[in-house]
Amino acid sequence: MVAETLLPNGWVHYLLGGLLIGTGTAVVYLSTGIVAGASTFLESTLSYVSDRSRFQQYRFRASRDWRVVFTLSIAAGGALYGLAFGEFGWTTDVQWWRLLVGGVLVGVGTRLGKGCTSGHGVCGVGSLSETSLVNVATFVGVAVGTAQVVAALGVTP
Amino acid sequence: MSDAGRHPLFLPAVAVGGVVFGFGLGLSRMYRPEVVLRFLQLTDLGLLLVLGGASVVAGLVFAAASATGRTAPLTGREFGKRVKSMDRNVLVGGGIFGVGWGLSGICPGAAYASLGVGNVTILWAVVGMFAGAYLQGVARSSSGEAGRAETEGSA
Repeated sequence: MVAETLLPNGWVHYLLGGLLIGTGTAVVYLSTGIVAGASTFLESTLSYVSDRSRFQQYRFRASRDWRVVFTLSIAAGGALYGLAFGEFGWTTDVQWWRLLVGGVLVGVGTRLGKGCTSGHGVCGVGSLSETSLVNVATFVGVAVGTAQVVAALGVTP
Repeated sequence: MSDAGRHPLFLPAVAVGGVVFGFGLGLSRMYRPEVVLRFLQLTDLGLLLVLGGASVVAGLVFAAASATGRTAPLTGREFGKRVKSMDRNVLVGGGIFGVGWGLSGICPGAAYASLGVGNVTILWAVVGMFAGAYLQGVARSSSGEAGRAETEGSA
């Protein structure tokens, strides 16, 4: 059975979760007209503490307060899930140095590339934007290659 | 948009959307870097269902709302799609993000949700993401790259 090989852990929770992610995006969009991604928060929040011209752009200053609310709400949604399904307090086994170095690269790459998995991936792909399709194809391809190399070097998980 | 004249339901709407979004990241297990890494190692392709389901819902809603020609009730904004300009940064940034994603299994939204689940270890990634966003901002401020007016509501 192909599905058992490709989806050894089932598929329902993946699909339902994805539909909810899309629904959350839709709630913000239908009420405000804003296509909200997750990575702009990094730069808009830096505008509170840094005077650099990059962060002081109007689009960051004007959206920084609601982006803080959006991010805290995403965390709250995660907390609700964790409490409801008995997974609250779960911690990752991925090494701290991978999270830190990976995090730095994610911070640079998502901001330079104008978006992340939610902006380009969910919203841009949903919009059939060529820019987003190119970006997503690039980061997924590179990430698959990188993960293969890391695994081949014997680093787990 | 400015604080002046902001609709009283604006922040609550953003909050409701965020909670649903975060719950979805929980239910889909995307808050676990291990699950994302399993996709990238090609041993569990569930992430495709997550991204597929989410982008289909978002895409249909964007298209339907844009077709009405109406404006958003809380802001008066015109409904549109997410279209960014294409340049070299889209490729370079996507590549750098890909290396980071492949190394760590984390992306911004999933990291916020993971923190909410109580995964304190993910703070390494959150600190890293802020550091990375800061570094590229410093580099681009110094190089005199003007903040080009991009369509707002970016990722």
